[in-house]
Amino acid sequence: MLNLIVRRVAIAIPTLLIILVISFLLMHAAPGGPFTSEKPLSPQVLANIEAKYGLDQPIHKQMFNYTVGILTEFDFGPSFKYKDRTVNEIIAQGFPVTMTYGIWSFIIAVFFGVPLGLIAALRQNTRTDYFAVSFSIAASVLPNFVMAPLLILVFTLWLGLLPGGGWNDGSWQNLVLPVIALSTSYTAELTRLTRASLLEVLRSNYIRTARAKGLPELKVILRHALKPAMLPVITYLGPMFVGLITGSFIIDSIFSTGGMGYFFVNSALNRDYSVMLGITLLVGGLVVLFNLIVDLAYGWLDPQIRY
Amino acid sequence: MAGWIHKLDIKLMIDLKAKKNFNFDDSGLASDDEMKGRSLWVDARIRYARNKMATICLFTLILICIFSIFGNLFAAYSIEEIDWAILGMTLEKGYPSFETGHYFGTDEMGRDLYARVVQGSRISLAVGFIGAIISTFVGTIYGAISGYIGGRLDSLMMRIVDILIAIPFMFVLILFLVVFGRSILMIFVGIALFSWLGMARVARGQTMTLKNKEFIEAARATGVSQLTIVIRHIVPNLLGIVIVYGSLMIPGFIMAESFISFLGLGVQEPNTSWGALISEGAGTMTYGTFWQLAFPLSFFTVTMFCFYFIGDGLRDAFDPKDR
Amino acid sequence: MKYCMKAILLAAAVGWSSSLLLAAGTHPTTGEALTDDQIFTYVTIDEHTSVDPQIVEDVAGAAIVRDLFEGLYNQDADGNLVPGVALSHATNADKTVYTFTLRNNAKWSDGRKVTAGDFEYAWKRLADPETASSYQWFMGVMNIKNADDVMSGDIPVSELGVKALTDTTLEVTLASSMSYFPLTTTHGSTFPSPQWAIKAHGANWVKPEHIVSNGAYVLTKHVPNETLVRERNPMYWNDADTIMEKVVIKIVNDENVALTRYLAGEFDKTGVPTGQFARMQTQYPEEVYSNPTLCTYYYNLNMGEHGPEALKDKRVRQALSYAIDRDIIVENILQAGQFPAYTFTPDATAGFTVPEVAVAVITQAERDTKAAELLSAAGYGKDNPLSIEILYNTSEGHKKIAIAISQMWKQKLGVEASMQNQEWKTFLTTRGEGNYEVARGGWCGDYNEASTFLDLVNTNSGYNDSKFSNEEVDQLLADSKTSDNPQPNYTRIEEIVADEAPLISIYHYTSAMFLKLSVKGWPHENVEGNWYSRNLYKVAE
Repeated sequence: MLNLIVRRVAIAIPTLLIILVISFLLMHAAPGGPFTSEKPLSPQVLANIEAKYGLDQPIHKQMFNYTVGILTEFDFGPSFKYKDRTVNEIIAQGFPVTMTYGIWSFIIAVFFGVPLGLIAALRQNTRTDYFAVSFSIAASVLPNFVMAPLLILVFTLWLGLLPGGGWNDGSWQNLVLPVIALSTSYTAELTRLTRASLLEVLRSNYIRTARAKGLPELKVILRHALKPAMLPVITYLGPMFVGLITGSFIIDSIFSTGGMGYFFVNSALNRDYSVMLGITLLVGGLVVLFNLIVDLAYGWLDPQIRY
Repeated sequence: MAGWIHKLDIKLMIDLKAKKNFNFDDSGLASDDEMKGRSLWVDARIRYARNKMATICLFTLILICIFSIFGNLFAAYSIEEIDWAILGMTLEKGYPSFETGHYFGTDEMGRDLYARVVQGSRISLAVGFIGAIISTFVGTIYGAISGYIGGRLDSLMMRIVDILIAIPFMFVLILFLVVFGRSILMIFVGIALFSWLGMARVARGQTMTLKNKEFIEAARATGVSQLTIVIRHIVPNLLGIVIVYGSLMIPGFIMAESFISFLGLGVQEPNTSWGALISEGAGTMTYGTFWQLAFPLSFFTVTMFCFYFIGDGLRDAFDPKDR
Repeated sequence: MKYCMKAILLAAAVGWSSSLLLAAGTHPTTGEALTDDQIFTYVTIDEHTSVDPQIVEDVAGAAIVRDLFEGLYNQDADGNLVPGVALSHATNADKTVYTFTLRNNAKWSDGRKVTAGDFEYAWKRLADPETASSYQWFMGVMNIKNADDVMSGDIPVSELGVKALTDTTLEVTLASSMSYFPLTTTHGSTFPSPQWAIKAHGANWVKPEHIVSNGAYVLTKHVPNETLVRERNPMYWNDADTIMEKVVIKIVNDENVALTRYLAGEFDKTGVPTGQFARMQTQYPEEVYSNPTLCTYYYNLNMGEHGPEALKDKRVRQALSYAIDRDIIVENILQAGQFPAYTFTPDATAGFTVPEVAVAVITQAERDTKAAELLSAAGYGKDNPLSIEILYNTSEGHKKIAIAISQMWKQKLGVEASMQNQEWKTFLTTRGEGNYEVARGGWCGDYNEASTFLDLVNTNSGYNDSKFSNEEVDQLLADSKTSDNPQPNYTRIEEIVADEAPLISIYHYTSAMFLKLSVKGWPHENVEGNWYSRNLYKVAE
């Protein structure tokens, strides 16, 4: 297992480098730049600005300087659009926000979704099952950009119970609506996945053997069925967690949380290269990290798995 | 619909009846007119048909497809014609009604919503199908090979998946727009590029569990080639999870299409899709023109329900364990 | 001595009781009862770019900068110049040298005096290539001597034609005569900046903990993409007149959500979602406003080398312009009191009279007939349909207008109009490179005079997206810079543009907003949209 961790950390560096290079090239290849604007700048003004930000240098030099900046000073550069701020500041402000509502959404989705799926599988084709399945389909089909404004309409305008947005340094009233909007579809998907997975496992031969041996049903499930059933669920949870903590553009837009999801999409649209790259690298690092955790979890869930 | 089920049942009954009327000769053994073996596909079809929900949903989906292809024959208006009398007064005059010919009402620009929903269904259904098929095929095979072979190849293949997940996908799409210009084909390419990534990981995980099972060991021992093991033995056992996971992703594809069109790459006005109609409808729902949201959202929801139950039915039908 | 004491005591008593009056809540001039909490909360759609006066480049940021800093002159509710840091100015006979006299009681928030040197520093900073400001070009608009050479880096910044003669005298030398120069001094890019703070903190000088400003407010809190708070600056020379204590921005990206939250009471001001104005006006007549602004919405017709052959024919361009029913667009789609436009410069521009051009005076039915005639004379019709692609950047509003116009062209002229939307930067690049047929555009004036609009049709203008070139227009524009009464030139230019139709003006913008009844002092008549928080106050219901 330690072997696996060491190998993965070693390979993470070239992986991140490749992500950096490809993203850098893609961004610069796309039309328009951070300073393309409605009132186009005169060539001399544009030249000034590009000189200041180093955009007039050849691409490999820019990439090199950028990488060196990160490795030596952990400096991800200035934002081209929000001239008063650096990328480090933007991420330092936005990431805790998305982490907070992301982690809460994750907890709720797992604590409601997984047990619901397990129960539905155990009571297959009963009313509980139909209710769980219908809820999960309905919830996963309703898009966030329909649900979020609806929540604001109900809870802020009609009932006046909760603020319609803002972050207020993370006070709980501002967390409720974003977390509900975000966790609903994930809860639903977890329910379906857990149910399907458990159903698969319950049909296995060794479960039949265990039952034939006379073990009580509860023990059969907890001892023999649960772990293998969790395998596809864990595979899904890894990327789901990364997706949640890096934020959702729609949640950030509609609830004005100041989170990273909004900056991620907007920086692409604004061609704010450094913000885009900084967030991409952060996401890349998290993806690699959590895939490692998921692979380690496989080892625990199914001892036969070897790498 | 009912007729189809009955036909199968009748065939079964005929089979059974044939057995009953069977003439055993004196030796008590069955005569040469032996029972025909049933292939996996026929088996599957029969089992599928037994699942009522799945069958109903299959027919509903077929109906929706027919609606999307032929529905515009009943439309009183084209998808782009603005009804100047209604424009600007959609709340008062644009509601659904048979007399005006706007069966589903109009959108904010006074265009017939019925015709637009029909046209949007084509795009969205195509996106849903193609996304599902590509993600299932490509993702499953990629993941199964990676998981089965393991070792360095697995590491390499999974790191490629990691890289593709991390890259800001929007730029790839924008570049496509620049290089290839706008075309509807690009939506499918765009969705195909990222849809298989999640599936690949799920398939790989399941494969890693499966490859240690006895029946795989047996196949290896009898000298079956690796590729055949993967395709003949691993993949069918993955189908259960793969189908469910696939049907989870379809709503995502349909919504992704509206994002791609936002960049300018996909569907351009006056053409539309469910994603576009739903987001327009969501914008106006607080102002009372709820039909603009209700109709496309209902079509979308019903279709997703159908995909789900069909997926469930397919999984049950193909499950090699359920004999 | 005794009289002195009495005078002092009397002054103190008056000062104290009047501040008591304000605290107790009555407006000193109008006598309205004020609420106790003077906090103004408003919505912006997006985060601003900067609060540094020489760096800021967006409208939301400009509003913040107007509160935090103060320039030579301000604008009153009608857009006229009123003293700011400068009390008055004088100019020489040929209007090439302006001398501003500054007040001596203006202070920065850290107590230092505001001097003419601060303005000299700020203007040089704006022109300096090192600063790399996106608004550097404004120096060129201001027509200051040596501006072009300084901006390109050919000569040092010290040669710029601005000089602080004393602490309270600022002398500005222009490159050529310009009568409307003082109008440019209300623009945020010309506001002074604190050299010592910028030296000490570099780019971080604008953070709440370091910022030094000379306006009615100071920046106290900033959470990016969520909120920004500014509070009363007691050092401001006119602080006694400021009633609003605190101004809070809430950023809400979705206009429909913003409206829902406004109705729930969370904000004092928000925008009106596209197309909802008429409905909102019936439901909330007292809170909904539509104020004319200095902006025009138009379609560029590409006459450049990549443009389609058809558009090189004047008759085709005119036909396309005639066939658009601007009344339907303004009354049925936008519905927020916008003005249909047949010429480029808005009527609201100071000193400008809209000329009556041919296309404006006839009825729409007559226009449609004329359009069909023109198009078939050019050789297009049902059997040889004209095919045109409309390019616009992704937005609900632009989409609706493009849809309507494409249908108008199709139904009236048989034109096969297709539509293409692109995200913002791609759109700008495509349009800027001239790779389009018809592309939408919007232009807002930088100051309240017609040349800010008409300069766009100059052959050499960097903003001339349709690549229109007309010698007479260029000559008229050059002449109008120095003439005492440029109006006849402007009229002629508009007539030529309406005739040649390189761009089709569609409507003049209005600024639509929701404003709570309790908020008073909003300058609805100011067409440049320049509002100052220090003029606002909240009355008790």
